[in-house]
Amino acid sequence: MQRERIGFLFMDSEKTGSIGVVAPQRVRFTQPLVLRCGATLTDYDLVYETYGMLNATRSNAILVCHALSGSHHVAGRYAGEPKNTGWWNNIVGPGKPLDTDRFFIVGVNNPGGCHGSTGPATINPASGKPWGADFPLVAVIDWVHAQARLADHLGIDAWAAVVGGSLGGMQALRWAITYPERIRHALVIAAAPRLTAQNIAFNDVARQAILTDPDFHGGHYYEHGVVPRRGLRLARMLGHITYLSDDAMAAKFGRELRAGELRFHFDVEFEIESYLRHQGDKFADSFDANTYLLMTKTLDYFDPARECDGDLSATMAKARAKFLVVSFTTDWRFSPARSREIVKALLDNHLDVSYAEITSPHGHDSFLMEDAHYHAILRSYLENIAL
Amino acid sequence: MSTYPLDRADLAAIAGWIPPGAHILDLGCGDGTLLGYLAEQRGASGYGVEISRDDVLACVRRGVNVIQGDIERGLSDFADGSFDYVILSQTLQAVKNSEYVVQEMLRVGRQGIVTFPNFGYWRNRLQVMLGRMPVSDNLPYDWYDTPNIHLCTVADFEDFCAGHGVRVLERIVIRNGGVVSLLPNLLGSLAVYRFERG
Repeated sequence: MQRERIGFLFMDSEKTGSIGVVAPQRVRFTQPLVLRCGATLTDYDLVYETYGMLNATRSNAILVCHALSGSHHVAGRYAGEPKNTGWWNNIVGPGKPLDTDRFFIVGVNNPGGCHGSTGPATINPASGKPWGADFPLVAVIDWVHAQARLADHLGIDAWAAVVGGSLGGMQALRWAITYPERIRHALVIAAAPRLTAQNIAFNDVARQAILTDPDFHGGHYYEHGVVPRRGLRLARMLGHITYLSDDAMAAKFGRELRAGELRFHFDVEFEIESYLRHQGDKFADSFDANTYLLMTKTLDYFDPARECDGDLSATMAKARAKFLVVSFTTDWRFSPARSREIVKALLDNHLDVSYAEITSPHGHDSFLMEDAHYHAILRSYLENIAL
Repeated sequence: MSTYPLDRADLAAIAGWIPPGAHILDLGCGDGTLLGYLAEQRGASGYGVEISRDDVLACVRRGVNVIQGDIERGLSDFADGSFDYVILSQTLQAVKNSEYVVQEMLRVGRQGIVTFPNFGYWRNRLQVMLGRMPVSDNLPYDWYDTPNIHLCTVADFEDFCAGHGVRVLERIVIRNGGVVSLLPNLLGSLAVYRFERG
């Protein structure tokens, strides 16, 4: 029963072609990366995957940016791990909206991540120990600079498009501001130009859960052979509530009881408790707590309009890309009104933009879901990109 | 040959008024036919606003900029004076707050263009005289399913403009695709106006 519900929310459809078996690649950059916080990464690894073929004019490359818990594993599955499909497998593949028959698609794990790129679990060359909480707090702009170096490495002068949802959408927006000549289209999905106080508040509760876990050890838990599992689990449970809508939760779980009757104890009674705990456990087994802390700070810090005294329209004056902005009706984490702030800044600059507000019950997580109209919007937009 | 044939006479009339390179806002832009045509034939830029998701998809498919939204809620995403022309084709009669929409058009645009079915057309008058709500090519709905809640005549609209500080710059009244110059409020079925703040 529980499995079915999880399947409903997260399983990818294999109706259209799947990209099949994929493998990650790794590249080391030795040119130092000066970060927004002032620190420098003297050298770093990026782990990435590519799907499809780069064309002769190198004009068909799309960068897919991951959100808080994503990775470079965007589509396909790993050999011998049939269940380890990419996080956007329903969008990326042959004949899918991000069509690998037409585009060369790149997914990359951002610095500070925990899926193979240099991050808190990597050895700090200065100390010979894992960075832990000493890993510098990276900003979206740092990721974009790192991604630009990956583009150089792959021989891509300009992306046909940079695409992302949530924190990924913020990277697409940042690309358009920072490298206007290297991005032709930006697809900014379920994003916001900056976090609200409420968003930051949720992030801080999540961080507090981790920071106050006795197994956190000031971020150096690797050396103690433990992980702050309880904190990470709580952080994910909280985050997960904010990614879903009240209606979707009501529809899928309601007040349904596991045992069919009240048992008057603190173990799982309601189905929603079971679901959230399962999500928390799964996440705590696979994600690094320091990376979670860092990524939530990256979200909190994102505010490109700061460069122009809070004037987003003035900030977007630098952009040259064409935009597709997409929001979802039940997304209360980054509501449609937040996407329209981005749209307004683009309109003020007479930039090419289309905006679609997708009716979806799934809240913020809608951007990951299979939805015929949403996928049709993405597909139609991308089909019009000249190569 | 355009890839966006304008099979509606009012759209052809509007296109005739748009100079090359104009920046345009098309309210209730439908599937983006007019904007696509103006981009291709006049090098116009701009956006459509559309509430229907299927029409939004059609615009995206055509490569026409479209902003999904409800024009009844105003045009707050658009800055004052940011367009050369704001177009409202065959929609004025279907909005709840017609006065507000016209004011918003003239806030964000230098000039406004509206088209609407002329309720004063003699065939409409005749149907009412015979005791029936008019149904025609330009008014293709029955009374119970019509979106048209603010129907008006050519004379009504000109009174409205005079009373709301709106100066009419040009008017074309059409019947069967041809321009009607004699007794337009009686003989024309479709009215097209270009106006600015008076």
